[in-house]
Amino acid sequence: MSQLNKQSTIVTALISIFLGIVVGAIAMQLAGYNAITAYQALFQGSLFQAFDLGETIRTTTPLILAGLSVAIAFRTGLFNIGVEGQMIIAQLSALIVGIKLNLPPGLHAIVAVLVGGIAGALWAFLPGFLKAVRGVHEVIICIMMNFIALYLSNVLIRNWLTESGADSTPKISPNASLRVDFLSEMFDHSRIHLGIVIALLMAFVMYYLLWRTKLGYELRAVGYNPYAAEYAGMNVKRNIIVSMLISGFFAGLAGAGEVLGTHGYIAIQSAFTGIGFDGIAVALLGANTPIGVIFSALLFGVLTYGSQNMEHMAQVPPELIRVVVAAIIFFVAANISGKLLDVVKTKRRAKES
Amino acid sequence: MNAVEMIGITKRFPGIVANDNIHLTVKKGEIHALLGENGAGKSTLMNILFGLYQPDEGEIRIHEKKVTITGPTMANKLGIGMVHQHFMLVQPFTVTENIILGDERTSSGFIDYKKAEQEIQKLSDQYGLKVNPRAKIADISVGMQQRVEILKTLYRGAEIIIFDEPTAVLTPQEIDELMAIMRNLVKEGKTIIFITHKLKEIMSVCDRVTIIRRGKVIDTVNVADTNENQLAALMVGREVSFEVIKEEAKPTRTVLEVKNLVVEDQRGVPVVNGLDLEVRAGEIVGIAGVDGNGQSELIEAITGLMPIKQGKISLNGKNVAHLKADKGTRARRITEAGVGHIPEDRHKRGLVLDFGINENMVLQNYYQSPFSKGWTIQYDEVNKYANRLIEEFDVRTPSHETLARSLSGGNQQKAIIAREIDRNPDLLIAAQPTRGLDVGAIEFIHRRIVEHRDKGKAVLLVSFELDEILKLSDRIAVIYEGKIIGWVDPKTTTEEELGLLMAGRAKKEGQ
Repeated sequence: MSQLNKQSTIVTALISIFLGIVVGAIAMQLAGYNAITAYQALFQGSLFQAFDLGETIRTTTPLILAGLSVAIAFRTGLFNIGVEGQMIIAQLSALIVGIKLNLPPGLHAIVAVLVGGIAGALWAFLPGFLKAVRGVHEVIICIMMNFIALYLSNVLIRNWLTESGADSTPKISPNASLRVDFLSEMFDHSRIHLGIVIALLMAFVMYYLLWRTKLGYELRAVGYNPYAAEYAGMNVKRNIIVSMLISGFFAGLAGAGEVLGTHGYIAIQSAFTGIGFDGIAVALLGANTPIGVIFSALLFGVLTYGSQNMEHMAQVPPELIRVVVAAIIFFVAANISGKLLDVVKTKRRAKES
Repeated sequence: MNAVEMIGITKRFPGIVANDNIHLTVKKGEIHALLGENGAGKSTLMNILFGLYQPDEGEIRIHEKKVTITGPTMANKLGIGMVHQHFMLVQPFTVTENIILGDERTSSGFIDYKKAEQEIQKLSDQYGLKVNPRAKIADISVGMQQRVEILKTLYRGAEIIIFDEPTAVLTPQEIDELMAIMRNLVKEGKTIIFITHKLKEIMSVCDRVTIIRRGKVIDTVNVADTNENQLAALMVGREVSFEVIKEEAKPTRTVLEVKNLVVEDQRGVPVVNGLDLEVRAGEIVGIAGVDGNGQSELIEAITGLMPIKQGKISLNGKNVAHLKADKGTRARRITEAGVGHIPEDRHKRGLVLDFGINENMVLQNYYQSPFSKGWTIQYDEVNKYANRLIEEFDVRTPSHETLARSLSGGNQQKAIIAREIDRNPDLLIAAQPTRGLDVGAIEFIHRRIVEHRDKGKAVLLVSFELDEILKLSDRIAVIYEGKIIGWVDPKTTTEEELGLLMAGRAKKEGQ
């Protein structure tokens, strides 16, 4: 049974992706662009050359972690819409470690990454705590915490972390960087960094945690049926908090990777990056499974990075790719593919009889 | 003339053949029973007839015309209506609004409530349903709500009405009334398919009965030519005893003692109010009472799932009422102190429906050796254990990984009972252990409960089925408004005496 479910989710995802691409093509044609040239540019521009491939992986990295973050919370019945804010706080904390501390190479990076993860976890603690103890809906708290994170980060950057008047912080110490020479050289000096290794490792951690450990058994039980979990003597409230902590930790690693690997500094932000929100879509398309999250993050990475090349090579605005993304999510959420499959089956039967 | 013919119907689900080459013929104007154990394939077959599932093989003829039923709308068009076990009603809507929902007939763009109301009134009168079209669903009894479901099918012009275990939710009086309504419907030319596993009802109202076992048709017989014992044997595949065979109880020490217990619900109303109770090792104490007199709260308080306002609960002489949860929750400490709990709602408390059977089997002891080592769960051990319980307790499942959700109610309940009894608790609390189950499963579960008693353990049974209480209990306590208002001996009491007590008429001194 579970085997069948898995298959049908993959089928669902593939059909949804296909339909999303078709919808995108229609939108492009209507807007007066050549869809075939556009998609060609998109895939060529994201996968064919070492540099582009590296950049695609770099784009995919935080998406995997954000997706895992949302997915593990979902598994415990929680909707962590605060990944965005947790990433910002993690980024800020990792940056402070990266600038202010002076540690040997390697160790510095490890400390900075861990501090980032922990900062994300702590930022997620409050919504989890309020949900468990006071029954406040985590979505509301998370959204408010996102804004607190964004503006807190901006205030600190302007008033503390920058030379007077600058819009961005100094660079982190090279000792704290996640970039390594052999990776950069392999991918033609793109900004790919060790974050991808962390992301893949965390996907395995999520799998192991949920399906092999006592804690994971409890988290899933609480997510599926809190009443039965209570009956079994589990501490439902504690599990809700733990789930948010882990979710926030994953989000924190995403943020830490961005600052320590990709950018090396933070600029004042006028708006959210959207990576955290894309994490929701990644988790949804990946059916909240670690392997599904990896592949759907890769797809989103290709679409996001490739859309920039599409602009250069085919003069199609990258916003059209957001149409594709939105359409894919729509098809998954509305389970259009499931309905299509049913129609096909019924038709086939009607023809036979 | 045949109203329904289902010819060679086969429906497979992953790991199981739910319907295996089933032939069913229902004549126009008869009440045709579909009898089978839980999970035998009755509901699947009817869902195929109602268009909810498509058969893998076979054909359907309605009024001797071949059809392909693609969905409930199509079924309605063909004159097939279904009264579901779980009602499909909008609580704040009126009867009329519910009935026309999905079939709103309009005049110049507006819904013509008046006409609909008149029509519903007419139908209600014609079949003796006595439904008030203006009443709100939330305000009428469960029995009335069922009649609204019947009216829904009639309003849509149903000629063939499927009743899916309609009596499971009704009181004895309501069941009698439903039987009368069914006879009326048939008199007016309707055809009824009656899914049930209650033999008494088949004998009293049906014309013919088709018996299904494990997805296959065993036989179709005239009710006039058969009897309950024969039907039970056909359904289960062996002789079934309706009696619980048990020896005289030999109670010894006190296992559970409840003194002056007060439990408040969320609004602060005392629902258990100064209750005293004692259960000894080697006996089954039954708690009889009308639903809502504090039974659920009593059990949740004993098992640590609800806070206690006042009073004392001792297990094996140790007070557990205010057991501090220094390690794990109070519920867990009480479980570890030797309590097994078959909860009244198996879907709410008893199972994690989206877990496999294996993971459900260790719900109470997943954290103990050998199922757990360090922080990991030892799935090899879990699976081994689950497979043993599946075999020992005859849980019919394609595999130990099958989701609990996809098992039939009877097999879900067997899984819970396996889990709770196998831990060999000093006190077994069984709340509604056989609700909604068929005779085969009931017999099995009753035997297991008596066996547990015979091992020298204490059993506390709560049931709304008087029959069950009378058959199983060694002593009966009657609960009324949160208090035990009397004890009776099941061997000497009568249903009348119990009925009076349950209605709050305390026994007089010396009686």
